[in-house]
Amino acid sequence: MKKAEEIFQLLKDNFPDQNLELKTDQPTEPVILIAPDEIEKISLFLYKNTELLFDSLVLLSGVDEVKANLISVYYHIESTSLKHKIVLKVSTDRNNPEVVSVTSVWKGADWHEREAYDMFGIKFTNHPDLRRILMPYDWEAGYPLRKDYENPEFYQGMKVPY
Amino acid sequence: MSQDLTKNTKVSSQSSKIRTEEMILNMGPQHPSTHGVLRLELGLEGEIVTKVIPHIGYLHRCFEKHCEAMTYPQVVPYTDRMDYLASMGNEFGYAVAMEKLLGIEVPQRVEYIRVIMAELQRIASHLVALGTYGADIGAFTPFLFCFIDREKILHLFEITCGARLLYNYIWVGGLSHDIHPDFVRKTREFIKEFRPNLKEINDLLTHNRIFIDRTANVGVLPIETAINFGVSGPNLRGSGMKWDIRRDDPYSVYSKLDFDIPVGKGTYGTTGDSWDRYFVRVLEMEESCKIIEQALDQLPEGDVTSAIPKRIKPNVGHVYGRVENPRGELGYFIVSDGSTSPYRVKVRPPSFVTLQIMDEICKGYMVADVVTILGSLDIVLGEIDR
Amino acid sequence: MMYDFFVDLFGSSTLAGIISGLIQAFLPLFTFILPFALFAVWLERKVSAHMQDRLGPMRVGWHGWKQTIADILKLIQKEDIVAKDNDKLLFNIAPVLTFAGSYAAFAAIPFSGYFIGTELDLGVFYIVAVTGLVVAGILMAGWASNNKYSLLGSMRSVAQIVSYEIPTMLVLLSLVMISGTMSLHTLSEMQTGYIWNWFILGGPGFTLSKFLLIPLMFTGFLIIYISTLAEVNRTPFDIPEAESELVSGYHTEYSGMKFAMFFLAEYANMFAVSAIVAAVFFGGYQSPFGYLGNLVGAEWLIPVEQFFWFTAKGLFFVFVQMWLRWTLPRLRVDQLMTTSWKYLIPIAFVNLILIGLITLL
Repeated sequence: MKKAEEIFQLLKDNFPDQNLELKTDQPTEPVILIAPDEIEKISLFLYKNTELLFDSLVLLSGVDEVKANLISVYYHIESTSLKHKIVLKVSTDRNNPEVVSVTSVWKGADWHEREAYDMFGIKFTNHPDLRRILMPYDWEAGYPLRKDYENPEFYQGMKVPY
Repeated sequence: MSQDLTKNTKVSSQSSKIRTEEMILNMGPQHPSTHGVLRLELGLEGEIVTKVIPHIGYLHRCFEKHCEAMTYPQVVPYTDRMDYLASMGNEFGYAVAMEKLLGIEVPQRVEYIRVIMAELQRIASHLVALGTYGADIGAFTPFLFCFIDREKILHLFEITCGARLLYNYIWVGGLSHDIHPDFVRKTREFIKEFRPNLKEINDLLTHNRIFIDRTANVGVLPIETAINFGVSGPNLRGSGMKWDIRRDDPYSVYSKLDFDIPVGKGTYGTTGDSWDRYFVRVLEMEESCKIIEQALDQLPEGDVTSAIPKRIKPNVGHVYGRVENPRGELGYFIVSDGSTSPYRVKVRPPSFVTLQIMDEICKGYMVADVVTILGSLDIVLGEIDR
Repeated sequence: MMYDFFVDLFGSSTLAGIISGLIQAFLPLFTFILPFALFAVWLERKVSAHMQDRLGPMRVGWHGWKQTIADILKLIQKEDIVAKDNDKLLFNIAPVLTFAGSYAAFAAIPFSGYFIGTELDLGVFYIVAVTGLVVAGILMAGWASNNKYSLLGSMRSVAQIVSYEIPTMLVLLSLVMISGTMSLHTLSEMQTGYIWNWFILGGPGFTLSKFLLIPLMFTGFLIIYISTLAEVNRTPFDIPEAESELVSGYHTEYSGMKFAMFFLAEYANMFAVSAIVAAVFFGGYQSPFGYLGNLVGAEWLIPVEQFFWFTAKGLFFVFVQMWLRWTLPRLRVDQLMTTSWKYLIPIAFVNLILIGLITLL
């Protein structure tokens, strides 16, 4: 059972050239900020390291931060054997969001990332099958959960807002 | 046994040099056995399944976008409608997450009533799961036996909050009404009648030879695969892992109550097959009865609406709160920007995560087994699509 | 009798032959099979309802006995849907063939000592052969529906019916060996007297072979009951109509009167196989303990009583079939095949050999 600071210290020791940060000011949980193209390597380390053993990805969600002009992805991961958890956060540019996929580490990330793509437009590189999941496959009017999303007038001949 | 059949078909098609194609069969959105509007695309070679691709999104109602336009208390009725068979659990999850974010403590009476409602809801939801599972396999009678008991539970909910399926009962900071004066007595009567009924359903279905032949060794889910995919709830416990949010990340008053966590042991086949997942649900109903009895004994007096804040305006921050729903771990990730509306509400539905493993565990089985496996996973499309 | 009557009326033997033949063909249909099918549907709904702790149809007539009539009227006035790509000829013939197969078996079944459709010497052989027509009907229905699900359902059904014909025939063959006749009428006549003369209890007489045969007869009865359950597509063998997987299997695409024909054919078939089991093992139309007509000296009462006993036995077996349907889950198709080929056929075969050895005594 490790605390967030200890996990952060372990990460910093093993990835000294990374720009990692531990944010503890906001309620309720501390968050570790990671660069978008390093998330997969760090996830693999967190998964394999014997003191950490984060074997379960609980949640992967996107958040649209309009004011900071960023789109963030939060990863909640947990260890079922050692019973600790941590939150990771990755932020990318809002106009062209790209994050490395973690499906090679946790297979359950597959559909979570598809949903993040569907709702926010975040492109996950190395994802086995990135396509829309909740919206129809040919929805062209954008990404619904972005703050500046507008409903289209027509979809395949049907009037959208009624 | 199933793997041998795949080998045989491959050899025969190679040796005869006839070009055989994989047949695509669509278990379409309207189908008696897919529990909701789900489209399963099956790739078949004869009767053996080679791939399963689920297509979802038919029931998408934009819950998460909707939340951003409402205030925090207004979100509660919408959370009911995601997993409509376990509404109390959904509301409970939202209340747990919000109370963590706001840092408020609710009276003990509220906590105990919430636990009683959640456990009654667990029994009701598992009764539906068992009944419909039996109906999928072909045994039509246990379905009605299960629904008789479910009617009694829905009556208990009706005298408490007026609704049978979608309650709007567990609010942030408390409850909407106190329980009815007859509630405790009627719940005790129900538990007394339920235990022999459960035994009757067990005799009819659980140990029936044909049922065992249909479900044992079908859809085996190994523990490592389950954890890697993030499966939780009875599906994970059926594979042999003792993981329960009520025990491992306790919320409300579960730490004061004494109950056991049933796991699958591979009684009739491999650990982690459909029969194990089914039987874990049967045992969980028994455990829920124990929890309800203890909670009724320990129920304190108090005011259920005293801690409900007049205006919910949390600080800037984020929270992840989770509960053990009948289908698994239901989590709410709420990001607040300091105003009265949530900035982002993300729901982690247990069935969403569970449906991903269909492709992994259906390979090599037959078409009839796909229905068996899907029924044993107990999904509800309402929470997958939100 | 009817033939002579018409010859006197018309004076021409061919015309009399045709008319009396037609009447004899349609008489059992309209006076027995159709009313029975209506009654059986009502019975099934009531049996299933009471087993499931509910009431079933209650409004249309006393306890809903007119419900089936209302359903048939509804089905008659429904639109007859034929999809564009269906093979029209096969699509239309399939229900007729299925119904004809099950109905034709009634010709050789002895309803009472004085009424039998045709006095066939090859009763058993004829019945087994003619119920094979049902297979052709089901196959046509599945193919002509132009629907993958229906095709799957009908292929499974053909495999099932053909596999389960074999244990049926083996058991019937063992009965033929004991009694020495294939005619169902003679078989029923041989079981006169009281209940201990029935074949289920070893057969007429008090010889040693009778007592040796009793366990073998019971085994044979169980085998034939299970096999005929599979032949009429009832749960636990109702894969072809597995509602939860294939949405009604081979009769998914049928609507209106054609669907009603499949439906009625199923219930007629159920009674036909129950009647065969009753006739062969349980004494046919014989009463277990003597006739009331003999007691009061009214000779004309005996055929009526025999008819009553026969229908009662047939109905009892139909009731057990319904009981099984609402209790047991469904077998998967490979398990079904395993049951037939790996369990029932070897047991029936051993049964046959042992019975053969005993008859040599």
